Amino acid sequence: MNTTRRTVLKGATASGLLASLIAAGALRPTHVLAADWNKTAFEAKDTAGALKGLGAGAPADSKDLILKVPDIAENGAVVPVDVVSNIPNTSSISILVEKNPQPLSCQFDFANGALADVSARLKLAQTSLVKAVAKADGKFYTAQKEVKVTAGGCGG
Amino acid sequence: MADPMKIRASLKGDVAEIRILMSHAMETGQRKDAAGATVPPHFIQSMTVTVGGKKVIDGQIGTSVSRNPVFGFKMKGAKVGDKVVVNWVDNKGDKRTDEVAVA
Repeated sequence: MNTTRRTVLKGATASGLLASLIAAGALRPTHVLAADWNKTAFEAKDTAGALKGLGAGAPADSKDLILKVPDIAENGAVVPVDVVSNIPNTSSISILVEKNPQPLSCQFDFANGALADVSARLKLAQTSLVKAVAKADGKFYTAQKEVKVTAGGCGG
Repeated sequence: MADPMKIRASLKGDVAEIRILMSHAMETGQRKDAAGATVPPHFIQSMTVTVGGKKVIDGQIGTSVSRNPVFGFKMKGAKVGDKVVVNWVDNKGDKRTDEVAVA
């Protein structure tokens, strides 16, 4: 009787266990799958920490990295951001919002013919610099621009 | 299960444009509800785009992407009829996969 109960319990929890452990942060996702969520970078509270988490350190300014953002955003909850990298061999692009509680917003890796061209919509807590970081041939490049927000996207 | 994504993939010259609209609350964990209790974070953490069986985009996403995220990507080498498969996973383990053909 008791052994049957054990078996049933095992079967029921095994599949859900891994997911809940990851969600609870008990398991470091980086150790489970290579391409998993970069917790260090995404949960960093400042830009320097986020860049460090990305392994970017202090990226160099580049004119070949084009960041398109509105000068003024009336609604900080939906700010369109376009990033195009003309740097050869760009393998990934990250977008950071300097004044957000967690600056790193998203990171995309490109492969198999994908162009280094990304558009997304971000939340801006307040007027802030938006920073794009591109990785090409193991080096990091950056471009930044300020967006004025008249109504915040976080909190409120 | 979350609502389906809206995906559009259209070929312009030799460049395929892929636009994706996901349906997700994207809670940051900063917001408070009417009672003053903090709404726990609930957001998409990772997404991939696969075209014609090859992974093209591998994305990681944080809390500051807007509610119902919209993403646009471009790629070379896609043909009309290639299958575009997009999937995402959120921080609660919820996931969604949708597909469309390049037009």
